[in-house]
Amino acid sequence: MTAATTLPSNAPAPERQSSAAPAVELAGVSVQFPMPSGDVYTAVAEADLTVGSAEFVAIVGPTGCGKSTLLNVAAGLLAPARGRVAIDGRPLQGLNRLAGYLFQQDAVMPWKTARENVALGLEVAGTPKKEARETADAWLTRVGLKTFGDRYPHQLSGGQRKRVGLAQVLVRNPRILLMDEPFGPLDAQTRQIMGTLLLDLWAADRKAVLFVTHDLEEAIALADRVVIMSAGPAARIIGDWTVDLPRPRDAAEVRLLPRFHELHKAIWGQLRAEVVKTYGEGTP
Amino acid sequence: MTPTIRPGKLLFLQALVAVALIGFWHVGSTIPIGGVYLMPKFFFSTPLDVAARVWKMFAGGEVWRHLGITLLEAVLSFVIGSIGGIVFGFWFARKPLVSAVFGPYLQIVNALPRVVLAPIFMLWFGLGIWSKVALGVTLVFFIVFFNVYQGVREVNQTVLANARMLGMNERQLLRHVYWPSAMSWMFSSLHTSVGFAIIGAVVGEYLGSAAGLGYLIQQAEGVLDVTGVFAGMVILAVFVLVIDWLVTLAERRLLVWRPAPATTH
Repeated sequence: MTAATTLPSNAPAPERQSSAAPAVELAGVSVQFPMPSGDVYTAVAEADLTVGSAEFVAIVGPTGCGKSTLLNVAAGLLAPARGRVAIDGRPLQGLNRLAGYLFQQDAVMPWKTARENVALGLEVAGTPKKEARETADAWLTRVGLKTFGDRYPHQLSGGQRKRVGLAQVLVRNPRILLMDEPFGPLDAQTRQIMGTLLLDLWAADRKAVLFVTHDLEEAIALADRVVIMSAGPAARIIGDWTVDLPRPRDAAEVRLLPRFHELHKAIWGQLRAEVVKTYGEGTP
Repeated sequence: MTPTIRPGKLLFLQALVAVALIGFWHVGSTIPIGGVYLMPKFFFSTPLDVAARVWKMFAGGEVWRHLGITLLEAVLSFVIGSIGGIVFGFWFARKPLVSAVFGPYLQIVNALPRVVLAPIFMLWFGLGIWSKVALGVTLVFFIVFFNVYQGVREVNQTVLANARMLGMNERQLLRHVYWPSAMSWMFSSLHTSVGFAIIGAVVGEYLGSAAGLGYLIQQAEGVLDVTGVFAGMVILAVFVLVIDWLVTLAERRLLVWRPAPATTH
């Protein structure tokens, strides 16, 4: 990996991971959208963020702060107005081919069965149909949907659809996993079950994960690092906390540890001020 | 909140409506009330005469040829109109410039009552089946076109982004995302487009032809044979019902992935 040679000479060389370039590196990234009035809306300003090659990073911030925007930049779905995006040390051009993306809304194809949906990512990459379906079945089993392969998405519950989505992304074995409030629409119990499932799957091969959520507890329970974003517009990254909870973790039980509460108290102190800002605009 | 009705009771009530209507027709056309027929035979025929005529037409066997021709015209209209609608629908939806340039002209053609085209088609394509097919095509084309156009344009953006992140190229997006989305819109209008294919065929036959259900009705009307007109209408209605039922069966197979609508009837 000749990461250093592809960097502009005046850019600081990545020093934190000396052995390998970080899986995701955003440097001075600003994102702007044109407004109907002709003005420019700055969603994210000067964001610096790195995700190590085996690191689980969660982004937390108040609603509408641009967390998902940042994720879309890392996915290559959105081009930043300014700044540099590097994936595995190489500048990102077009879509991020190394990444799998789990969306907040239902994104599985409603006209395909669970098995067809999971097999799709392999089939479009040229895997023979039979082999793709067998691998899909294996993944459906791993996410607990062994007997649901022939069901269409509307015949599954919200949590089951998320599992299909997770299998659809993981079956392609992406190096980087981008997740946009993936468990947001689910009820509290299902969220914790899905969290534990995600941690178990992640423990097997430790992909780089960038996980966006508005739920601080979920972020601490899952991640190695929790990054805090300020309230928008022109949201910035204002905090970077290391979560030193032991692994392997259970997404539900880890919340009972005293250290969890210390971390939660400390991070919430910072996050709270930003959340208040979003709601307190009318009342000074 | 619609209270559920037992199927047996529903069937009974539905049959009751038919019996009442036909009974009224029968009484009005055969039994004078105060010396006056409420529904004179000359204008309304009678249910029994119409039933006898339908029976005679089928017993004679001649009607099958007419049914077959109308069916052939409707099927050709549907197939040609659908293919055209799909091709142009995709093309317009994917090429904004094309749709912007041709949009107003399509609106003009679509605003035109298609029946006025029938005489022109007759001049161009003669009195055979092709003038009827052409009329049906102009009806079917626009329904399929607008639905496919809408289906491609309104494709779920999250599903589309997901498909792109799964590594699909343009061709694969077309096949796995745009096509199914467009088809779901097209199938949801299947009843309408099949209905219009039949309308095109029958109206075309009515205006000038030598065969088909529309021709039968037109011939009967020409000699003031009201019984013949009603018999033709009955056969046409049953014909349309059978086709509609086949469309429902096809729909169930093709849209198996769709959630059942909340209220269905």
